[in-house]
Amino acid sequence: MLAATQFFYRRLASPLHAARAGVGALWTLALTATALVLFHPLVLLALLLAVLGAGCAAGVGRALTRTMRTAAIIAVPIVAVNVLVSRQGLTVFARLGDLGPFGEGDLTVEAAVYGAVIALKVTLLIVVTTVAALAVDPDELLRGLRRLSFRSALTASLSTRMIPLLAADAQRLAEAQRTRLTGAPEGPRARVALLGAVVGGSLDRAMDVAATLELRGFAAARRPARRRRPWSRHDIAFACSAAAVLALAVVGRLTGTDSFQAYPLLHTPVNEGTLALCTALIVAVLLPFVDRRGIRP
Amino acid sequence: MTAILSFDSVTYRYPGIETPALDEVSLEVQPGELCLLAGMSGQGKSTLLRAACGLVPHFHGGRFAGRVTLAGLDTREHGPARLGTIAGALFQDPETQLVTSSVRAELALSLESRGHSAAAVARGVEEVALALGIDALLDRSVHELSGGEQQRVALGAALAGRPPVILLDEPTSQLDPVAGDELIGLLRRLNQEWETTILLAEHRLERCLSVADRVIALEAGRVACDGEPRAFLEWAARRAPALQTPGAKLFALAGLHPAPVGVRQARATLRARGLLPEDVSPESSGDGSNVLEPGSAGTRARDPSLTKANALGSSPAESSGGSIAKALGRSRKPSAALRMRDVWHELRDGPAILRGVTLSVEPGESVALMGRNGAGKSTLLRHAAGLLESTRGRIERTGRVALMLQNPGDYFIHERVAEEAPAEALAEMGLAGLVERNPRDLSGGERQRLALAIVAGAALPISAASPTVLALDEPTRGMDREAKGELAGELRRRADAGQAVIVATHDPEFAAACAARTVLLADGRVIADGPASELLAGGWYFATETARILGGSAGALLPEQGAALLSAGAALEAVA
Repeated sequence: MLAATQFFYRRLASPLHAARAGVGALWTLALTATALVLFHPLVLLALLLAVLGAGCAAGVGRALTRTMRTAAIIAVPIVAVNVLVSRQGLTVFARLGDLGPFGEGDLTVEAAVYGAVIALKVTLLIVVTTVAALAVDPDELLRGLRRLSFRSALTASLSTRMIPLLAADAQRLAEAQRTRLTGAPEGPRARVALLGAVVGGSLDRAMDVAATLELRGFAAARRPARRRRPWSRHDIAFACSAAAVLALAVVGRLTGTDSFQAYPLLHTPVNEGTLALCTALIVAVLLPFVDRRGIRP
Repeated sequence: MTAILSFDSVTYRYPGIETPALDEVSLEVQPGELCLLAGMSGQGKSTLLRAACGLVPHFHGGRFAGRVTLAGLDTREHGPARLGTIAGALFQDPETQLVTSSVRAELALSLESRGHSAAAVARGVEEVALALGIDALLDRSVHELSGGEQQRVALGAALAGRPPVILLDEPTSQLDPVAGDELIGLLRRLNQEWETTILLAEHRLERCLSVADRVIALEAGRVACDGEPRAFLEWAARRAPALQTPGAKLFALAGLHPAPVGVRQARATLRARGLLPEDVSPESSGDGSNVLEPGSAGTRARDPSLTKANALGSSPAESSGGSIAKALGRSRKPSAALRMRDVWHELRDGPAILRGVTLSVEPGESVALMGRNGAGKSTLLRHAAGLLESTRGRIERTGRVALMLQNPGDYFIHERVAEEAPAEALAEMGLAGLVERNPRDLSGGERQRLALAIVAGAALPISAASPTVLALDEPTRGMDREAKGELAGELRRRADAGQAVIVATHDPEFAAACAARTVLLADGRVIADGPASELLAGGWYFATETARILGGSAGALLPEQGAALLSAGAALEAVA
């Protein structure tokens, strides 16, 4: 339960938590879009550093450490596979000889670097998603969406609530099996039986939740009223940050500052423009965290 | 006055089941009444509550006959969503009743879904939070709340629209005695201050009988008794002794009338009959000086009548010690079956759940672990069984520690009872005739016994695989008094067979019935450790009803012991 709940939203004292959920979501979407649009490894690395710094400033740094470990597990195979399958690079650093239907096994620097860039992008997406999950209030966000489609948004809201519950159920069942006199059952039949018990338990729980929802008016749901509240300093700061990050991404692409070419030969120019883009991105991402007034839950 | 809730010849069968869950039920509940629903497990209490809010038949299906009206609305014509504006419902498990991630969103959900304005939602949330004392939790995540807090939030969500009726199905079953009493107090306040009509199903009647206006007892889906609490107790004494409160049982055994509906009334009766001194308050003692008794016997061991009560098997307090273990030639002072020395459990980035717990349990000893929700009882048992590693300290075990966790259903992975546990264990637990049944179709007590067979096997004969320690985590959740009595008997039998028994429980009556020693935990520390006859006799919350009535006199915890004490006191008075 504990491990599962470490990756769910808790209201902490941070500027990002203090910002309204819509703005927080917009900010993380801007970071996601930037990670997808940009390709220069140095710029992506700067963006990753900025997001990690933002995570630490939002009080979710330890969870991000665990996320980075998971991301590394995903990133390494991406690089390895790209090196093995890509045949577009020219700078060979190892020859594996004839690989039959796969052709010549020439491993190139370009394939390794391109794989690393893709891995960096994937890592960024994972880290940004984690920050969003931990620092943007899902209830508030989905409340806004309920104005568009009440039932879909509530179902989404429910699923975010049910995941840790089901994780806790699974942990409880596993513990119960460990305490059997005969030890935890083994073999495929036992696994199938255990899976059946888990599914059965979740269905029972789903029935209880559905009954609760019925009584709370799910079936007769109306469009909730719009809730107006004044924009806080943090709402404004993160909205500006999102706009700045997006603008920098566009400028980077249009001016060629983000210029990067992997094949056939590596071309990753690092000039004043690249360094300026890196610095600007870091500043734009981290600046909203400087003002820490009025952030207590 | 027009009834706010009425059942008119209601008969209901769940889908695929021929036996009716409700059978020709007719009753009326007036506005502002606080009605208690009593009955053994499976007699129709939950079904009646679900019929009152329209979940039966709209949600559960099945065959429904008769008519239920809630505030004039026929439940056959109006669904739960509409009826939910009139009746808020709170069921046993708070986790399944919290739908969103934060407390504020949870309280707001039903108001928002009914289209209230933003201002009305904000006001409703604020008011219900203040009324229930959960305003400090508003911005907390529901994952972080304790069981008691979750139950309060679920109640808040049910009350957010200020419904005139509240339906509660064993809302205190997962709460510690303090949180349970707080919840009952809260319901009483809602009822008295706002005239909210309350229909409350509960097994531990002693908790709430004194606040009820009326008790409706169900038997096999029929209304077997419908009357004031005192009339109910008289009926229970004649027809359903398992539904008697400990106080009523105490009076019945002592030949006293009328049966008391609460501690206060019981003490007043005893005082009027000269069986309690005039000037002693119930909480003032636990030292055995509170009842007029022969020779001011200070301890139960010195009181022949109480010794007799123990010999009848009503309490393990003086009897445990492992008679069979002794017969097997174990030394007079055996080595501890489980020894915990300065055990800590500290969460990374979190609090310490256990803080230097030192505890030793001998073979044949039975120990009740008590304390508030979150005190560390479950964690301690998990350490004992080796499911968790302590961050500091040492744990020594002389053999296997069998741990039965809270939900017996978590153990069932097969389609037949026979596949779940060895045949001799099933036979010993009285399940030999049920081997072909699906474990999930068993009753609450049978499920509990099957889980015990799965984790601990047969108590006899003792084999190499037999556990030396049997630990149970809150085994009586949702059980009726009869099933609890059976389980307590089984635990006493195992202790007599030489197993050390540790039970984490919130139920003082069960603790008194099955344990000779009580350990009280608070904030991960052992704050009291001693004979049950002392620890469960002198408190407000962690005390049995008998002990509260008798003010802890002579360590009498159970009605049988109290009755023996009262009879001896009455005899003395007669002689005087």
